Amino acid sequence: MKNFLHSGALPATGSDVAEQWNHLYDFLVGMSFFFLLIVVGAMLLFIWKYRNAKESDVVPIKDHHALELFWTLVPTALVMGLFVWGYVVYRDMIVAPTDAVEIRVIGKQWLWNFQYPNGEILTNKLIVPANKPVKLIMTSEDVLHSFFIPAMRVKKDVVPGMYSSIWFKARESGRYQVFCAEYCGAAHSGMLASMYAVDQDNWERFLSGRKLTVVLDEVKESQAASNGTGGRPTLVEQGQMLTKTKGCIACHSEDGSSRIGPSYKGVFESEVELTDGSKVIADENYIRESIEFPLKKVVKGFAPTMPSFKGLIKEEEMNAILAYIKSLK
Amino acid sequence: MSSAATVPGENYLNCEKGLWSWLSTLDHKRIGVMYLFTVLFTFLLGGIFALLVRIELMSPGRTIVDADTYNKMFTYHGVIMVFMVVIPMIPAALGNFILPMQLGAKDVAFPRLNLLSYYIFVLGALIAASTLFLGGLDTGWTFYTPYSSQSSTAVTYALLGAFVMGFSSILTGLNFIVTIHKLRAPGQTWMHLPLFVWALYATSIIQVLATPVVAITLFLVVLERTMGIGIFDPKLGGDPVLFQHFFWFYSHPAVYIMALPAMGVISEVIPVYSRKPIFGYRAMAIAIFGIALVAFLVWGHHMFVSGQSEVANFVFSLLTMFVAVPTGVKVFSWVATLYKGSIRLTATLLWAVGFIFIFTIGGMTGMFLATLATDIHLTDTYFVVAHFHYVMVGGTLFGFMAGLHHWFPKMFGRMYCERSARISWLLVFLGFNVTFFPQFILGAQGMPRRYYDYLPEFTTLNRISTYGSWLIGLGFLWCAVYLFRALRSGPKAPDNPWQALTLEWESSSPPTFHNFDHNPRVTHGPYDYGLIRKEV
Amino acid sequence: MAHPTTEHHYAHHFESAEHEFESCKQGMWLFLMQEVLFFSALFVAYAVFRMFFPEAYHQAHHALDWRMGGLNTLILICSSFTMALAVNAAQRGLRERTVWQLAFTLILATGFLVVKYFEYSHKFHVGILPAKYFHVAELIGPGKEFTDPNVPIFFSLYFTLTGLHGLHVLIGMGVIFWILLRAARGEFSPGYYTPVEMVGLYWHFVDLVWIYLFPLLYLIS
Repeated sequence: MKNFLHSGALPATGSDVAEQWNHLYDFLVGMSFFFLLIVVGAMLLFIWKYRNAKESDVVPIKDHHALELFWTLVPTALVMGLFVWGYVVYRDMIVAPTDAVEIRVIGKQWLWNFQYPNGEILTNKLIVPANKPVKLIMTSEDVLHSFFIPAMRVKKDVVPGMYSSIWFKARESGRYQVFCAEYCGAAHSGMLASMYAVDQDNWERFLSGRKLTVVLDEVKESQAASNGTGGRPTLVEQGQMLTKTKGCIACHSEDGSSRIGPSYKGVFESEVELTDGSKVIADENYIRESIEFPLKKVVKGFAPTMPSFKGLIKEEEMNAILAYIKSLK
Repeated sequence: MSSAATVPGENYLNCEKGLWSWLSTLDHKRIGVMYLFTVLFTFLLGGIFALLVRIELMSPGRTIVDADTYNKMFTYHGVIMVFMVVIPMIPAALGNFILPMQLGAKDVAFPRLNLLSYYIFVLGALIAASTLFLGGLDTGWTFYTPYSSQSSTAVTYALLGAFVMGFSSILTGLNFIVTIHKLRAPGQTWMHLPLFVWALYATSIIQVLATPVVAITLFLVVLERTMGIGIFDPKLGGDPVLFQHFFWFYSHPAVYIMALPAMGVISEVIPVYSRKPIFGYRAMAIAIFGIALVAFLVWGHHMFVSGQSEVANFVFSLLTMFVAVPTGVKVFSWVATLYKGSIRLTATLLWAVGFIFIFTIGGMTGMFLATLATDIHLTDTYFVVAHFHYVMVGGTLFGFMAGLHHWFPKMFGRMYCERSARISWLLVFLGFNVTFFPQFILGAQGMPRRYYDYLPEFTTLNRISTYGSWLIGLGFLWCAVYLFRALRSGPKAPDNPWQALTLEWESSSPPTFHNFDHNPRVTHGPYDYGLIRKEV
Repeated sequence: MAHPTTEHHYAHHFESAEHEFESCKQGMWLFLMQEVLFFSALFVAYAVFRMFFPEAYHQAHHALDWRMGGLNTLILICSSFTMALAVNAAQRGLRERTVWQLAFTLILATGFLVVKYFEYSHKFHVGILPAKYFHVAELIGPGKEFTDPNVPIFFSLYFTLTGLHGLHVLIGMGVIFWILLRAARGEFSPGYYTPVEMVGLYWHFVDLVWIYLFPLLYLIS
């Protein structure tokens, strides 16, 4: 347990952001010890020094304005600096690069399902490419969960009915621990997952359903089981099929032409104007909302006629549809 | 206005006899004592749950109970300690006794309401306790939806219990505010008020303004479970994050309902035992209100990873930083009060010194959680568990113990054994740090909170933590023994054993029914040690 | 304000009857302040969901009869007036008039609850209930009364807000009845009418809440 009081005691530093985080953490530890030493040191010193002082020798100092001003202003400046530093690192933690690989996560009591671009769903095994930004888009089927990868220093609540996301870029291949950090019932502490960062070659092998060249504990089995997945549609393909079977394409085209509703093409992450004149970005949460509650935010120029699909689309299907719409840039 | 003539040797404890005279009393001192014993009992219960939780966590996997039972144990530990111990501990027990006396009043403004508050508290506690026999409670003390609206345990009764106890807290706060405004003795001007009174005043404001919000929030969850209103249920179009906003709008200020009175006690204790005026009285009073004000504006810092907007995260982090400033002012001023004093290192002062040590650690680790980036990794881990125990236990409990030892002779007219008191302090102080300091490291290493089972690499620190909890238990057990002995056969306490200058010490020990046998008149500040030559 | 004389036997820790009266009044105002905060969370929830689902609110409010709501508003305003008269009569020591005005207030409050009863029972009858029990299949869909799937949330808030307000009316009636009995026994005088004044303050607060609820629930444009 060397260096047990600073970042030496922390989990592996898995990313550049985690490294920045460590610096901030070390500074905070240092600052804490500094103030603790001043306060407790002074306190013990005074108690020791004046323990036998006579009451008649007491100097009844009531206050000292300069000193009070000093210990008001210095901490103020310090905490403001701390806030800025904390915010700068936080920005890097939450703003994902646009080229991030997207993996969808569904939390439920008490397991994690990971839905990959190739259409595969793995339970409690998250395989990501090393050295590439990865963005997880997460939702829950039941209660609150929280997705926590200590080595990446990222964590975010996974909330039913909405999407939240985290991103990271693992520096090295290897296994990383994933925890559920929001209390979710009986098996909360068993809601664990393993994240495997693999090199580019293996990532491509994984996506195309070929055997990996590295042995990743249990992943090997799942790989063997799902070997030769040539026939399985990718996530985008699944989404495309769903838009047909659910009847979406009756009103929404995939080629940019307007039918009864707006086209899917190019809508993702675009700014759309609503009937009341306000504008929103058509992100995951907006599109999900428009599928579940179509009349809430109707795009300008279209009639409010779409029925609600709430309860008719499973979380996995929703993810596939979103991935499909997103692919139609 | 002359006070009634008193029989020599008669005091509030022996002026009326029998159980009924206690249960129907309107005397703030007796109500304070009833609160004290009730809270000590609930503290014992919560403590037993804490010890059981720590024993379960001695090793990974099952140690003594299964996961469901463990979840119920930590929930009961939290619910009991927060709603039935730490919140009422200082204001309702010590405050009820001491506040009117420090003002020079004969009672609180509304004695009947005061007794009613006590019974409401007991009723709420009983309703909450009934869940023990109705299937338990497994939501954690935070009652987060949608889990709490779906759990098959007796959540509804627990919520109703907390709802009812909330009104006890509101009415006590209301009573104190009016008492402070209307019942000050002649000469007891605002700038002559003891800091304990200032602290209770700020606390009362928070109680009156924040508690109703959590009351209605918990009630909405009750309606959600019974009538399916769905306001917090995403399946019905509701919003679970809204619950968290409502909950923390109360529960963050509630942290200051716990901490401010303790700060008030420390501000009383330090001048008395260093024979010096409190350093920067005015700044101390302002700081209390600064903290109370900021308390209402920072609830969102509990929700940095909840999915609330980035703008909200930005604002709440920024505002939270300002809590550090008035808190720092208070800590520095306490230390400065000791400078060039005449220190009497009694057990009471030891508890105060322990408070400053532990509260400083609690405060500094609060900075880790206020800083956005660091919070992301540390929130919902044992780091947070350690942090709030350093603030709540280290803060409130140590403040309470300082207050109890300071006012014990006044309340019961007996002296306790000073040596025993120091031993008890040492056990609790060491035990506390052994228990909770390792949890900071566990949290930084990534161990999430509310975990029944954990990875093998967390075993050593968990085990140390459990050993520490036994030391704390031993310390309090010892404390119970010597205080009980003092009650039975302690030497009789003089009226003012510590030569303190605040008004409560002008009464006899224990005080008479009317508190004072003369009408007190205040001619000096509460901490004018060394400034006036007064016969004490 | 009035000048209470010292006939009334005030509690031992006060200096005078006036001192006691002023303290009670401050306590009552603090109590009303916590009541405001109590309702405030519900109003915030109302505002949040109105922002989320404006269309649902718009559709749902048509199911509320503004004439019933308006009638109840009128009833409560009148009852506030009779309550004020009762306080005034108590201040002047007019025992009989106090009793009568309190009785009028009670009758009006009962009228409010009767109207509320008709409103509620009609809604239960057609299947408008809090969200989970709302008859979604019969009431929501193309060509049906509502089209927005979030309409049930509005009614959850409607029932919660008006229900809690109704509970306050009931409690108010209880305390009005209590002071009516005390007034009839002649316990109040120009020197002591504190309970009447305090109940009056409470009753005005209950009315005020309704004054906000009425437009927020019945008159959404």
